[in-house]
Amino acid sequence: MDNESQYSGYSYKSSHSRSSRKHRDRRDRHRSKSRDSSSRGDKSVTIQTPGEPLLDAESTRGDERDDNWGETTTVVTGTSEHSISNEDLTRVTKDLEESTPLECKRFIGPAVGGCLSFFALVTPLAFLILPQVLWRDALEPCGTPCEGLYVSLAFKLLVLLISSWALFLRPPRATLPRFFVFRCLLMVLVFLFVASYWLFYGVRVLEPRERDYRGIVEYAASLVDALLFIQYLALVLLEVRHLQPAFCLKVVRSTDGASKFYNVGHLSIQRAAVWVLDRYYSDFSVFNPALLNLPKSILSKKMTGFKVYSLDESTTNNSSGQSRAMIAAAARRRDNSHNEFYYEEAEMDRRVRKRKARLVVAVEEAFTHIKRLHEDEVASSPKHPREVMDPREAAQAIFAPMARAMQKYLRTTRQQAFHSMESILTHLQFCITHNMTPKAFLERYLSPGPTVQYQQQNGRGRQWTLVSEEPVTSALRQGLVFSLRRLDFSLVVTVTPLPFLRLGEEFIDPKSHKFVMRLQSETSV
Amino acid sequence: MSNFIPGQPLIAVVLRIEIKKLRQGDNLILGFSIGGGIDQDPGQNPFSDDKTDKGIYVTRITPGGPAEEADLRMGDKIMQVNGYDMTMMTHDQARKRLTKKNEDVVRLLVTRKSLEEAVKHSMGSYPRQ
Repeated sequence: MDNESQYSGYSYKSSHSRSSRKHRDRRDRHRSKSRDSSSRGDKSVTIQTPGEPLLDAESTRGDERDDNWGETTTVVTGTSEHSISNEDLTRVTKDLEESTPLECKRFIGPAVGGCLSFFALVTPLAFLILPQVLWRDALEPCGTPCEGLYVSLAFKLLVLLISSWALFLRPPRATLPRFFVFRCLLMVLVFLFVASYWLFYGVRVLEPRERDYRGIVEYAASLVDALLFIQYLALVLLEVRHLQPAFCLKVVRSTDGASKFYNVGHLSIQRAAVWVLDRYYSDFSVFNPALLNLPKSILSKKMTGFKVYSLDESTTNNSSGQSRAMIAAAARRRDNSHNEFYYEEAEMDRRVRKRKARLVVAVEEAFTHIKRLHEDEVASSPKHPREVMDPREAAQAIFAPMARAMQKYLRTTRQQAFHSMESILTHLQFCITHNMTPKAFLERYLSPGPTVQYQQQNGRGRQWTLVSEEPVTSALRQGLVFSLRRLDFSLVVTVTPLPFLRLGEEFIDPKSHKFVMRLQSETSV
Repeated sequence: MSNFIPGQPLIAVVLRIEIKKLRQGDNLILGFSIGGGIDQDPGQNPFSDDKTDKGIYVTRITPGGPAEEADLRMGDKIMQVNGYDMTMMTHDQARKRLTKKNEDVVRLLVTRKSLEEAVKHSMGSYPRQ
């Protein structure tokens, strides 16, 4: 069938679509940049190959672009034609900005599915129409039973159309590294069904010019029934089977240990990876590389420990003995660093709380300077005309008093990279428009939100690498570990099965709830 | 107080105390308070070793009263009153036994922790039959 490597994640055959969709796909292929179907950021989970540049807007190492770092990644093996085609493509496109061929690959899967399903949809109609067109005179007239079959055929086709639109016509959300096994299976099945029906039709109906029209109509109806059943199979395999939870995935971020547990059903590793990434973007707090390092004062204390020793001694004959003494002394000195860490952390907490208090007060005060103008108040101020502002201007007007406190707070919590002045102004404007309180405005800055809050909307998608010791189309099972790697951090996923539950029953009669008082009387005699 | 095994005879070292009731107006009083009983909650008894002991305990002694003169102490467990056993009594029955109007004197058999220790100390081993 099709050997294409990149399969889009969740749109199966966009079946029974009109032919206009096919044309639209062709147009998309030639369009260079803009795309209207991917209004959300898409994710492409691909195999990492050397030489492929991966830095994009989310990367934080702007200064140290290393285009060849991919050679040191431990990568899924698999010498399928998939990796070759990927390599060819990436040699052509060096820059992510012009990754048009990669983007087009996203739509090949649904395009093929769409063609196939259109073909499958048109087939019953062709079965009916061809005899009428070719040998109309020789056909036996077939009255009421045929008309009944026409009606049922029409309704079944309508149901197929609607359910395919509802279930399968969705923009692809992920590109998987290997074939999506179930989808391939279903496409092959549909193709085989339709091909064998055409074969039979061609040999038995078209050749001998079969005259029993009712039989032909029944044959077409049976094809539609078979398609409905295949769609049922697709529904069960693609949508329903993985709903019942069977495994618990523990997802840990490698840099700061943020972890979450999720329950999933029976999925293959690549589908589970996409599932986890969906949850990652909205559950995990954003990765802040500035928070990884210990405060400088602690590290420098250790350094000064070394420095003191190295400056004092200048003789070189017993340098080895000295280095050993140095290390031993440093080891003894290390007893203090946890103490310093504790005090440093307490100090940092205090500083953050102080800045936060100042920020909250500044914002509250700033919000009291403006108020919403209602429609009926416009006419009532001839004496002291107030300048009427739109939200943007109002935001700019009240931003000035809180800017300094905000900047200091962001610097203390090391979030200044995530919030530019423009973004703060936009958010302020948004909050003013929607009548939010200062606390609601600050909610975005006081706690680090999920990653999806900081995404810029571009259709290019996020590049993740699935690193696994097992082939990625194998099913999840106990003890499996795979990781999803990005540029500067990775998510390690461990699979454990959910325990089998033995549920027992105990019946309690509502009348059996009885109580007595605890007596402790004391009597004097 | 020795350990209480239900159904088995109880062995304890007891002290005989005789209290003369004092007449106060219409009442004859003994000058102490009791707590405990088989209908009470034994876990709340501060004086017992074994918190399942449902015996009658002396919880308070009125200073200067007849009980104090007779050397009854707080925390004593009353085993017999005038020959009647008090170890399996409800609280109310115990009260009634102690406050019979036609008796002027009550002879109690009481036991306390210090008695056992004193006996052990003096005899060297606990006498068991």
